[in-house]
Amino acid sequence: MTFRIGPRTNQIIAYSILLLMTLITVVVLFFIIGYVFKNGVGQLSLEFLTDKTRNMGKEGGIFPSILGTFFVTIFAIVIATPLGIGSAVYLVEYTRGGLIHRIISFGADCLAGVPSIIYGLFGFIFFVITLNLGWSIISGGLTLAVMIIPTIIRTTEEAIKAVPHSYREISYSLGGGKLDTILKVVLPTSLPGILTGVILGIGRAVGETAAVIFTAGSSLGIPTSAFSSTRTLAVHFYILAREGISMPKAYGTATVLIIIILLVNFIAYRLMHRFMERYY
Amino acid sequence: MKDKIAEKLLLFIAFSAIFSLLLITFFIFQQGIPLIFKIGLGNFFSTHWAPTRGHFGILSMIIGSLMVTTGALVVGIPFGLACAIFLAEFSSPVVQKTLKPIIELLAGIPSVVYGFIGIVILVPFIREHFGGPGFSVLAASIILGVMILPTIVSISYDALMAVPNTYREGSYAVGATKWQTVRMLLMPAARSGIVAGIILGMGRAIGETMAVIMIAGNALKIPHSILDSVRTLTSTLALELGYATGDHRAALFACGSFLFLIIILLNIIAIKITGRK
Amino acid sequence: MIKVAIKNLSLFYDTIQALKNISLNVEKNEILGVVGPANSGKSSFLRALNRLYEIDYARISGTIVLDDTDIFTIPINDLRRRVGLIFATPVVLPGSIHKNMSYGPKLHRKLKESELDEIIFNALSAANLWEEVKDRLKDSAATLSGGQQQRLCIARTLAMGPEVIMMDEPCSGLDPISTAKIEATMLELKEKYTFILVTNNTKQAARVANRTAFFLSGELIEIDKTEKIFTNPADSRTDGYIRGKFG
Ligand SMILES: Nc1ncnc2c1ncn2[C@@H]1O[C@H](COP(=O)(O)OP(=O)(O)OP(=O)(O)O)[C@@H](O)[C@H]1O
Ligand SMILES: [Mg+2]
Repeated sequence: MTFRIGPRTNQIIAYSILLLMTLITVVVLFFIIGYVFKNGVGQLSLEFLTDKTRNMGKEGGIFPSILGTFFVTIFAIVIATPLGIGSAVYLVEYTRGGLIHRIISFGADCLAGVPSIIYGLFGFIFFVITLNLGWSIISGGLTLAVMIIPTIIRTTEEAIKAVPHSYREISYSLGGGKLDTILKVVLPTSLPGILTGVILGIGRAVGETAAVIFTAGSSLGIPTSAFSSTRTLAVHFYILAREGISMPKAYGTATVLIIIILLVNFIAYRLMHRFMERYY
Repeated sequence: MKDKIAEKLLLFIAFSAIFSLLLITFFIFQQGIPLIFKIGLGNFFSTHWAPTRGHFGILSMIIGSLMVTTGALVVGIPFGLACAIFLAEFSSPVVQKTLKPIIELLAGIPSVVYGFIGIVILVPFIREHFGGPGFSVLAASIILGVMILPTIVSISYDALMAVPNTYREGSYAVGATKWQTVRMLLMPAARSGIVAGIILGMGRAIGETMAVIMIAGNALKIPHSILDSVRTLTSTLALELGYATGDHRAALFACGSFLFLIIILLNIIAIKITGRK
Repeated sequence: MIKVAIKNLSLFYDTIQALKNISLNVEKNEILGVVGPANSGKSSFLRALNRLYEIDYARISGTIVLDDTDIFTIPINDLRRRVGLIFATPVVLPGSIHKNMSYGPKLHRKLKESELDEIIFNALSAANLWEEVKDRLKDSAATLSGGQQQRLCIARTLAMGPEVIMMDEPCSGLDPISTAKIEATMLELKEKYTFILVTNNTKQAARVANRTAFFLSGELIEIDKTEKIFTNPADSRTDGYIRGKFG
């Protein structure tokens, strides 16, 4: 007599394994966040956030890095947003398949897959050395801008595609031109979706290390101009942790970093959700 | 008139992505390729890396990258597929709505945080329970496996969801269980999407840098076991770029060119497979 | 007096020919009914007249003359202002009723707030909607009922100051009472405008149209006084359609 497991039992086993593996994944995520928080929340204080970094990070706060992160990210977003949105608008509204469409999407897809260290190498040789911008907020911002363009292109593309064709027909039939239609109907309706892309871009920029460490540098001074070298939070955290400068400060910095990322993701998620509810 | 100008301007902007890609390609290659010609492929693909003394062999790093990437896939594929299948086929919409963003959040956590968790938890754990330095292929594989999960999950999930519902209905109608339907019908139907997800995950693993530097140990030799320390292409770049000059810097860019080529190749394969419209 | 003269009009989507050599005139201040089975090219016909087919990348040949001017020599936004189109499903743009109403007029010229208010008042009144919405102009247009939304779409078109109003099965999703309101509106407005009414409902054409054209597979089979088409058509295919043979 051969022993055979029936399809129902099989199903139950499969279900249990899948459930278990999914749970493990979720637990790992919460564990990572929880572990950092548990050790880091105690470090948080107004002082920690607003103080200069002293003694390479052993003492003091993370104010210069907060500023640095802020400026580099703003710089990246200000450059990447119009390029990303413009590309997406062109892709959806002006091309119909065809070679140009394929070339542009191919560019965006490939760019999305390029690892951040390659962006770091490129930013270093192009912005820092060739354009002679030095280790600076500008170099870091430009490098990150290139890195997040594809994120913005893709989310914007999806958002614009979700705008019902009938809205465009209405706009044209009321005498609107293409530009009127895009500016007054398509973009406003897809705004939450577009913002989601921009916010996800901010998240990527804030968390990035490899691409900024070789372009923005790691100076701990308070930045005074766009040409100042600066150390972003992620880079600061990396240096604290890897060189073992101060574990408590590392946990504190990581906590700030994760709080920003959680916030960014939460906002992006809420926006996307509202957008989807409206159009799907 | 206004419309014509807008169209030209947008076309110009739309080329920013491909233009950036070309610019990146040009500058990385221009810095790196001449050195490969100068030293020859034999030197470049040897295992001897002593860039200040004219040895530019990246073979051991290639092997290192391959090992941690394989390890990451071993960890990431089963968990990634399990999550994707569970989400797509065994969850109510409410569960989907909660779990999907949670798993996507994994992608948002900065790589340095993963590396840090590796240093403070995984590395000591491996050192105590399995021996070796702890900074190892194993540690890097596990952390990278977690890092590529979201890529695999979200692309496989989309592929599964794209299978028309009529397939499922047809299968249930002939009395198949959910699992049988998944295994015999949905997985094959979604195969290309799943493969694309895995390939992109692989690209992420090969390209990941900071987390790997922090936990792989970075020793310049070919590892003999998964408990040995290892150095990848990316770690070499990040570790040495800060101070390298002359041929050394060129060698790093040559190494970067090689990495870049592999990544672009993987991307092209993934794009071809999914046939993105 | 001829408002629109159409000669040898053909329209192609890639390889599909949706209109085949259509020639007809639309008289000023008439309601021209257009009937025909599905895919006979009725919508394509309307979209040719305001060049909306261009956004679907279709091509046309032949001539269309509006008040002695070839429509291809009229700036496109001006043409679309003069030749309005109402769709089968009422599509309101996201935002308030007021915003929907002001979209068209604002595209065409700079307006003072008071002028805009007057245009909106006139258009909504003409579409028999003013009484129902006057206190809620700032409400989202999506909160209106289907029938109200369709009248809003008509009012939105009226607000641009059109000359010809084309309607593509405007009552197909509406209840009889809403339908009656829209038909009444058309009859009131035909003193001032010229209407082209595409309809699936032959009875509707019989009720409101002065003349009716019958389309089949992209061809104009016949066009004549509505009574003639419905009582004694010249072509047996028209007769078959009217009697419901095509369903
Ligand atoms: N955007 C388009 N692209 C390609 N083909 C189209 C398009 N719109 C319409 N067609 C085709 O053109 C032909 C005429 O379609 P049209 O919509 O004009 O018919 P209709 O008489 O309005 O039909 P209905 O009564 O269903 O609205 C059909 O064969 C249709 O498939
Ligand atoms: Mg139609």
